[in-house]
Amino acid sequence: MSILGEIIVSILLLAAGFFGLVGSYGLIKLDQPMTRLHAPTKATTLGVGSVLIASMLYFLFFAEGITFHELMISLFLFVTAPVVAHFIAKAQLHRNWKPGDLPAPGGRAKSWSVYDQADEPAADDTARDPAKPGE
Amino acid sequence: MLRKVLPHPWLTLVVAVVWVMLVNVITLNAIVFGLILGFIIPIITAAYWPERPTLRNPMMIIEYVLVVILDIIRANIQVSLIILGKRNADLQPGWVTVPLDLRTPEAITVLAGTITMTPGTVSSDLSDDGHALLVHCLDAPDPDAVAAEIKDRYERRLKEIFE
Repeated sequence: MSILGEIIVSILLLAAGFFGLVGSYGLIKLDQPMTRLHAPTKATTLGVGSVLIASMLYFLFFAEGITFHELMISLFLFVTAPVVAHFIAKAQLHRNWKPGDLPAPGGRAKSWSVYDQADEPAADDTARDPAKPGE
Repeated sequence: MLRKVLPHPWLTLVVAVVWVMLVNVITLNAIVFGLILGFIIPIITAAYWPERPTLRNPMMIIEYVLVVILDIIRANIQVSLIILGKRNADLQPGWVTVPLDLRTPEAITVLAGTITMTPGTVSSDLSDDGHALLVHCLDAPDPDAVAAEIKDRYERRLKEIFE
């Protein structure tokens, strides 16, 4: 039992190290800002995920019993990482891309929400705007 | 009346469970304090989250989580192979438009988060009417296949859960 537990924990730690290393290497190797964004968001999923599972199993097998902290770390990570990636992508779109370079959103949408002009209210909003001159 | 006191019953439960797990011991003390937080936090944040999402098929969540975990493992290996094995010049990064059938904001949030956590794709933006998602792919020789896979694997299941 104990040798089996050690093997499982070791394999998970090795996998975590491998994917963490590949993620960091990808950050250097990839050459465009948007493709670079892929490497670190991926390293967190399986790299950090395996090290957390390894820690959980270690405490389950060899120490005081089950702990929930690793579960909480992965939960918070899975909630926050996509939001951060989304904001980095949005900032990148806002600064370095033009709407013409992106595919059309289709349907009745005019454009992507990054390019919405805040100082240019939509047609149905102008009627309700009391500060608008001439009304 | 009940809506005022308990704007999000599921959030109350989740906050209480998360608190007990953070404390890491299951005692009456922790459970009671978790429930107190679970009552206060939804009431304070109710102004920013007025609608209550409906869960039509909660059992489907388990299947969804399993599918996502399997996809994360599979795609992590694919992305590692791409990073290690392909030259930058051979990569075909590109944008994909994913038209959305989902309408509830919670479901779209979960879908966008899933797309980002699945290696190879990052959800970058929403269209201004909220009916399409802009996804960046690390290596997509066939953008339509990526959109079709996202719709079939994730969106179909989320539609069963939320709508």
